[in-house]
Amino acid sequence: MITLGDYLIVSGILFAIGFAGVMLRRNIITILMALELMLNAANLSLVAFSRFHVDPSGVPNYNAQVFVFFIITVAAAEVAVGLAIVVALFRLRQTTHVEDISSLKF
Amino acid sequence: MSPFLFWVFSLMMLIFGGAVIINRNPVASALSLVVSFLALAALFISLDAFFIGIIQVLVYAGAIMVLFLFIIMLLDLRAEELRKINWIATAGGVAVALALTVQIFSVVGSFQAARQPFPPLARHVLSGAEGSTSDDVHHIGLLLFGSYTLPFQIIGIVILVATIGVVMLSRRETR
Repeated sequence: MITLGDYLIVSGILFAIGFAGVMLRRNIITILMALELMLNAANLSLVAFSRFHVDPSGVPNYNAQVFVFFIITVAAAEVAVGLAIVVALFRLRQTTHVEDISSLKF
Repeated sequence: MSPFLFWVFSLMMLIFGGAVIINRNPVASALSLVVSFLALAALFISLDAFFIGIIQVLVYAGAIMVLFLFIIMLLDLRAEELRKINWIATAGGVAVALALTVQIFSVVGSFQAARQPFPPLARHVLSGAEGSTSDDVHHIGLLLFGSYTLPFQIIGIVILVATIGVVMLSRRETR
């Protein structure tokens, strides 16, 4: 029998993978992809809680799914802006490697 | 959904998610991410969230990943050459990620409700079931255009602002 905890643990591991990607990778595009993994891990746990929270008439709590809809929309906008910044940066510096971009480094 | 399918799709999602951050070639990373998102869509459908599953395939696996691949090919990125690895930073990153995993395991382990199975749904909310009168698209639509009208309008403005921002960012300087 699959329980809520199984979904939460899978979602937590996916979040940790995305987090490790953001910490370890040095390519901006890969870092953006790892960010998407973390957003999706949050979505999975929201949908799992939505399915778990069934009211007495047998209807799941759809508020969480509306939030997932909003998260997906914001993620799409975030990716569009992020990739536009990467393109602008690449035009200026010819690199997508974070260690080559250190003008703001203390 | 049978436990077997749950574990198949979870493992698929986690293995390809790991492949995203292990691959050195950005195109291979992006394609692994597509497979990971498709497995995640299958998990959403296993939770009876059909609308979210379809949105996941259309928006993430379709639109967002095409955008990623388009940019990778536009910039003509090759596989990263190996650089000198900063071992202290790498060990720190792995340690923080592992600590996060351990913490999540302990929180879920001490959470009583997490051990109960999912309660059954009423027949009328299951899409495709006999006598289905109001599936999840119906309920989500009512919420979006009912209690969440203002956030829905704001999200529209966010997308408009993002579109204008992208056009401004990718414009060439002309003088």
